[in-house]
Amino acid sequence: MTQSSVDLPPKGGFSFDLCKRNDMLTQKGLKAPSFLKTGTTIVGLIFKDGVILGADTRATEGPIVADKNCEKIHYMAPNIYCCGAGTAADTEAVTDMVSSQLRLHRYQTGRDSRVITALTLLKKHLFNYQGHVSAALVLGGVDITGPHLHTIYPHGSTDTLPFATMGSGSLAAMSVFEAKYKEGLTRDEGIKLVAEAICSGIFNDLGSGSNVDICVITKGHKEYLRNYMEPNPRTYVSSKGYSFTKKTEVLLTKITPLSERVEIVEVAGEAMEE
Amino acid sequence: MTTFTVPIDNGDSVKIAEEESQRTLYPYVTGTSIVAIKYKDGVLMASDMGGSYGSTLRYKNIERVKAIGKHSLLGASGEISDFQEILRYLDELTLNDNMWDDGNSLGPKEIHNYLTRVMYNRRNKFNPLWNTLVLGGVKNGKSYLGMVSMIGVSFEDDHVATGFGNHLARPILRDEWHADLSFEDGVKLLEKCMRVLLYRDRSAINKLQIAKITEEGVTVSQPYSLKTFWEFSSFHNPTAGAEGSW
Repeated sequence: MTQSSVDLPPKGGFSFDLCKRNDMLTQKGLKAPSFLKTGTTIVGLIFKDGVILGADTRATEGPIVADKNCEKIHYMAPNIYCCGAGTAADTEAVTDMVSSQLRLHRYQTGRDSRVITALTLLKKHLFNYQGHVSAALVLGGVDITGPHLHTIYPHGSTDTLPFATMGSGSLAAMSVFEAKYKEGLTRDEGIKLVAEAICSGIFNDLGSGSNVDICVITKGHKEYLRNYMEPNPRTYVSSKGYSFTKKTEVLLTKITPLSERVEIVEVAGEAMEE
Repeated sequence: MTTFTVPIDNGDSVKIAEEESQRTLYPYVTGTSIVAIKYKDGVLMASDMGGSYGSTLRYKNIERVKAIGKHSLLGASGEISDFQEILRYLDELTLNDNMWDDGNSLGPKEIHNYLTRVMYNRRNKFNPLWNTLVLGGVKNGKSYLGMVSMIGVSFEDDHVATGFGNHLARPILRDEWHADLSFEDGVKLLEKCMRVLLYRDRSAINKLQIAKITEEGVTVSQPYSLKTFWEFSSFHNPTAGAEGSW
């Protein structure tokens, strides 16, 4: 039987061909490789003049910390940033892709990007992949229509909120926000609250840790405060750290012949048997 | 009920029903979180009064915090029928202890230990009492606060929370609890935690009780509700600037 020699163009969307094979392999006992996830606490809030985004910096691979100081706040446009939780590759790829699309769109329209444009591009992509692109995002920015903050779930649904948290540490961070958030916060109050929420995630959630990253976006201006807070520094037993002398040191020049310390008994007869 | 046939002497066979082992597989009517803290004069414990039947809010008047003897308070989340059974066990225990008539009474530490043994033994038989229990009390001036889970994990701490409270209330308590809280500050702290739980736990209801135990005894407050805030401008008009979006 001859195969058709015409090369059909690949159909769009996710190819589910290997899923049956993977199912069969897991049934036979093969453990699927675990993805590099970001564990994570990511937050965002709207304050008086704009949006503040925050994130922790720990990337986990199962129970191991793969990256102690990764960057989870991704650039989308000069006035829009996006925090990502979930599979690290997915958040990187999807934010990179939409960032490029936004740039091309800016060239074409001659205008600054709007947050809902980024939102629609992201949710379209994620819905198309039916949740298999495991990216949970907190998107924030300030455009001509004002400050906006959105959450985007892996299946493609979105929310518009005054304050938002995502990731494994989202409950710890949300408890801080629910207890302390008010409208019309100043820049310093907002930064303090975001840092508190991220710290709550860092110290109460095992999937989050290390440092706090913060990004403040206002009209016409943004500030990316990388490692704004480092509440988990390396500590040494001695405050000076360790220092070892670099050359060989002579400690003692006194020679003690061993025969003085040890009693040697001559045993008559046979020596050790072979 | 599975049945099997057994041949008997006269050549016929008889259907005998095998005794299905009865053990708890899943909870039915459940209570949500309990949050408790030690304060200056003793222990404060807060719980709401809801009993959920799966995703229905079936009962809205369940007291999930009860006084045990003179010195302890027991709060439970999880299966309500198992909680009632535990109260019966403790009733028997305190009654028997009383019959010695020697002026001694069971303190919170003893009751906590008893509960730990009961829970752990039930779990070993694969028939757990589906509860997470919080035991607080004061005896001879010393306050005590401990927790036992349905698998027998037991420990003591200055502040405890069960269920969703673990994720939502514990971060707040770790940050803001300190020794020698006054009664008002303690209640404010508990209300802060219960409010977050009310916002973010789907099985929480806005009808709570706060129980207090000190050297003098137990007081359980009347049920009351918390004030909530929904007036964020984003909530009023979430699609401002992007009409038609969601």
